[in-house]
Amino acid sequence: MEAAITKKDCIITAYRDHCIFLGRGGTLLESFAELMGRKAGCSRGKGGSMHFYKKDACFFGGHGIVGAQVPLGCGLAFAQKYRKEDHVTFAMYGDGAANQGQLFEALNMAALWDLPAILVCENNHYGMGTAEWRAAKSPAYYKRGDYVPGLKVDGMDAFAVKQACKFAKEHALKNGPIILEMDTYRYHGHSMSDPGSTYRTRDEISGVRQERDPIERIRKLILAHDIATEKELKDIEKQARKEVDEAIAQAKESPMPDESELFTNVYRKGFGVESFGTDRKELRASLP
Amino acid sequence: MWGILRQKVGGATCLSPQGVGSHMLRLRPVTSALRNYSSAAKEMTVRDALNSALDEEMAADPNVFVMGEEVGEYQGAYKITKGLLDKYGPERVVDTPITEAGFAGIGVGSAYHGLRPVIEFMTFNFSMQAIDHIINSAAKSNYMSAGQINVPIVFRGPNGPAAGVGAQHSQCYAAWYGSVPGLKVLVPYSSEDARGLLKAAIRDPDPVVFLENELLYGESFPVSAEALDSSFCLPIGKAKIEREGKDITITAFSKMVGYALKAAEILKKEGISAEVINLRSIRPLDRATINVSVRKTNRLLTVEEGFPQHGVGAEICASVVEDSFGYLDAPVERIAGADVPTPYAANLERMAFPQIEDIVRAAKRACYRSGTMVATA
Repeated sequence: MEAAITKKDCIITAYRDHCIFLGRGGTLLESFAELMGRKAGCSRGKGGSMHFYKKDACFFGGHGIVGAQVPLGCGLAFAQKYRKEDHVTFAMYGDGAANQGQLFEALNMAALWDLPAILVCENNHYGMGTAEWRAAKSPAYYKRGDYVPGLKVDGMDAFAVKQACKFAKEHALKNGPIILEMDTYRYHGHSMSDPGSTYRTRDEISGVRQERDPIERIRKLILAHDIATEKELKDIEKQARKEVDEAIAQAKESPMPDESELFTNVYRKGFGVESFGTDRKELRASLP
Repeated sequence: MWGILRQKVGGATCLSPQGVGSHMLRLRPVTSALRNYSSAAKEMTVRDALNSALDEEMAADPNVFVMGEEVGEYQGAYKITKGLLDKYGPERVVDTPITEAGFAGIGVGSAYHGLRPVIEFMTFNFSMQAIDHIINSAAKSNYMSAGQINVPIVFRGPNGPAAGVGAQHSQCYAAWYGSVPGLKVLVPYSSEDARGLLKAAIRDPDPVVFLENELLYGESFPVSAEALDSSFCLPIGKAKIEREGKDITITAFSKMVGYALKAAEILKKEGISAEVINLRSIRPLDRATINVSVRKTNRLLTVEEGFPQHGVGAEICASVVEDSFGYLDAPVERIAGADVPTPYAANLERMAFPQIEDIVRAAKRACYRSGTMVATA
């Protein structure tokens, strides 16, 4: 996606936001530190896993309420159109969120007003533990836009994704909203507390990994076309692992936020108003 | 929608079914900061005050736009946005379908990207459809992003009961929104309040819930020359002493300020001098002004139209008990809406919302409780 767009095009997504953040230019340290709730985190430890943002790269989060990011994304597109920018917004959501009413409300307005909004359904076929055929009467998410055109894309093929995003951006700037359904898969469970195997077979998971893994696909292509050697690829992987390990170590060194941070950023402009801790006679603060 | 006659100087009778008299509007706000007050002050309805505030802020900042149902071609369900479509065009005065969750979310998203939306809810009852965006997408964003994403949005519209609109159209949301850190919640009463607070809200970098009142839209209030200036702004988080007194503090907001002022007139005749505080702001709540007043009068009566449990009065009572317990000569009294969904029949509806006699009765209770004689005014 990033290869097809600029950092002035906006992205907004749900809670599976870590890699989007990295794609927008966020660092590994900021990511790991935020997951650990440390000062060096991208949200200074105040947001957590679901609330990574990078406003200077037009990445607007990081949202925990399923579906909310879609109207928000249409709002970003509204602002882009209001300001007559030549940029678009990618509002990303999952197959689980695809049934949310607010998505259709926002899509209707985006279509009425020709907003440059691209709705990207990352269809990994499971909304938490519920398979798509149990949640959606019509799991053809790219068709659910009705009057809004949709494209189904092999989400495990990086080149297809790039082409689709390039196409969608051109389309949205001229014609208004479009839906991209990216056919993909989630190897792990929904979250740390989900083993991911109670609602599907292990064979299914390993099958996808063997047949469709996107990185493996690229690796094979590179080797087949002699663009790099096995060793060079292994070195890249080693380097990446090293960077990750270093970032994790650095993140562990980062301190927890100061206790005064409990009361910062409640408002952009607090007028010195009072806020309270759990025992208001014990802890009060003045909001700047 | 009720058409309330403009008040004429000289005291024409007001046709409001809630019995808000016209003469109390002539009361000069005792502690107002008017520099150029003259007895020939201009009058303005709350509706015109809001309309002029929107107009001026839209003229001053091209990022300000209005969005909501019927705000454009219909000229506003209550005519608050009258004339704005003609002046600013459909890109800045945006009619929406009846999809509150959708357009509230679109408004918040546009605020993320630096626009300054004014989102109208036809009444705040419908804001419940969009409440996730108000609270989770707007109020909490600056905090969760450690200051990266502020949300300069205003959600405005009529709040609380009108007259005869039934249970689903009569709820007051001051207590609900007032409990959320990250929001600012404003409750104008007079036309000066409406102008000054709406302008402040639009200029504010944080999300503001602006609770108006349908029955106040047609009421006229005197406005000073200062208030008519396009740079006029009222501070957020500061209450106003509408009437000074020394025997009891009465807090109120929105339409209840008018009722409290009327009650104060009646109490005066019975030898009780009531200090009436117009809260103007539910969040931040001006605890300082309230406590200073109670330390002076030693008695407190809170008035609101909303449901009593966990209401605004409950918070004010707790605040005063925590900060000024030793100064209270009587238990705190609360007048609030009845603890029932709003009935339709006019007699039952009258019982469901505070009337002036309720305020008078509760104030007297607070004054005789200690058994000592109350000095005559």
